[in-house]
Amino acid sequence: MKFDKPRSLGEALSILADAELEPHLLAGGTDLLVEIDTGRTAPPHVVDIWGIPELHGIQREAEGVRIGSLTTCTELYRDARTPDILRDAAWEVGAEQIRNRATIGGNLGTASPAADLTPVLFALGATVRLCARRGDRDLSARQFITGYRSNALRPSELIHSVWIPDRPDDERRAFRKVGTRRAQSISKLVVAVAFRIEGEVVIACRGGAGSVAPRTIDLPVLTREILGRRCTPERIAHAARMSAALDCAPVDDVRSTALYRREVFARVLVDLLSR
Amino acid sequence: MIQFRLNGEAVSVDAHPMARLLSVLRRDLRLTGTKEGCGEGECGACSVVVDGKVVNSCLIPMSQIDGTEVLTIEGSGHANIQDHFLAEGGTQCGICTPGMIMATRAFLEDAEATGAAIDEDSVRAALAGNLCRCTGYGKIVAAVLAAARTEGDA
Ligand SMILES: Cc1cc2nc3c(=O)[nH]c(=O)nc-3n(C[C@H](O)[C@H](O)[C@H](O)COP(=O)(O)OP(=O)(O)OC[C@H]3O[C@@H](n4cnc5c(N)ncnc54)[C@H](O)[C@@H]3O)c2cc1C
Ligand code: FES
Ligand code: FES
Repeated sequence: MKFDKPRSLGEALSILADAELEPHLLAGGTDLLVEIDTGRTAPPHVVDIWGIPELHGIQREAEGVRIGSLTTCTELYRDARTPDILRDAAWEVGAEQIRNRATIGGNLGTASPAADLTPVLFALGATVRLCARRGDRDLSARQFITGYRSNALRPSELIHSVWIPDRPDDERRAFRKVGTRRAQSISKLVVAVAFRIEGEVVIACRGGAGSVAPRTIDLPVLTREILGRRCTPERIAHAARMSAALDCAPVDDVRSTALYRREVFARVLVDLLSR
Repeated sequence: MIQFRLNGEAVSVDAHPMARLLSVLRRDLRLTGTKEGCGEGECGACSVVVDGKVVNSCLIPMSQIDGTEVLTIEGSGHANIQDHFLAEGGTQCGICTPGMIMATRAFLEDAEATGAAIDEDSVRAALAGNLCRCTGYGKIVAAVLAAARTEGDA
């Protein structure tokens, strides 16, 4: 196995640009080390980016907050600049030992359908910045995730940061993870919503969900069924049912059944939208 | 060569950068106090403190240990916690105990630094990544709360 430990972003991008074997990035290692130990992955070339200062930390920008890809869940939930539902999600990842190492970039990188941070990034309309020696590009989190454990990253690129736009004062946000126990459990399902109501009418609504399809999903049917409507209990119940039927594509697996997931998803959605 | 501080002393080891800290501690450095349970980040038996933060040493590659400060159960500074685990019956077979002690140490030092509350809920949250098949956890929580009350006079 070839191994590199770049000390700066520029050095990392050169290594990736010149790599011949498929390079595998190592951040906090909580996914990758398990993959390697269990023999599911045997990377020919590992690039350890943990020591790159430019990729750590959270910064305020003119119209949002930029979160370095190596920011850990512990750093996320402790930082007042992190949007509330992202803090809630970061607190629910693993246990303290995992949160001290699990990064936001790694959560996107693995692109697991059960990832807890990614659905929140969908709901918040976050943008992912990808860097390569040739140049940078920004993709919405929604575009970045392309399928079951797959994303839009090219071999010469790394995730630089995540940008989250400032939240409107009147926005309501909610997050819920349903698992078998409070800590260290992979979610049976996870739902995040961000919406605005003016008068009684819903004027904005965006959602994200995990473990209810083979990939993290957004909730276009929910948005369609509720936007511009009066936010009555009946409308919320209807929109939640429609979203469960059409946005979700759950599977039966070791953690749960598809039927259970659809049912609980609809109930959680009603609860989150009724707050 | 990978150089770091281990329980207050400078060490350097000749290890592959992807070798797990747990294996280097147990096999190369013969510090077998740190236990291996699952080897996959689930059980916390391998917990050690790196730069003040509790981590699972089975998931930490040596390349990320270069230049850090590592504390294991063999180090000093947690005798008070150990005494309370003994007094309260917070240890039985003992396989989880080194990890529990290290997670407790990181939690108490962090609470001291940040002024965060130390109560049953926060102790249970702090130790949620450490599994114990013997004690039922009640006595462990009691031991941590007792240690917190006497921390400083130890
Ligand atoms: C016991 C345990 C419990 C867990 N619980 C949860 C949970 O509750 N919720 C949850 O969502 N996840 C959970 N996870 C999974 C994991 O902790 C998260 O997915 C975490 O965010 C991964 O981050 P990392 O830095 O450790 O990733 P790594 O393992 O370092 O990397 C993961 C993948 O992302 C790629 N990658 C990492 N950083 C970048 C980057 N900057 N640019 C491009 N690619 C990159 C890597 O190449 C690799 O393919 C758990 C894992 C374990 C072992
Ligand atoms: S052996 Fe490391 S967490 Fe179980
Ligand atoms: S004392 Fe036996 S596992 Fe905890």
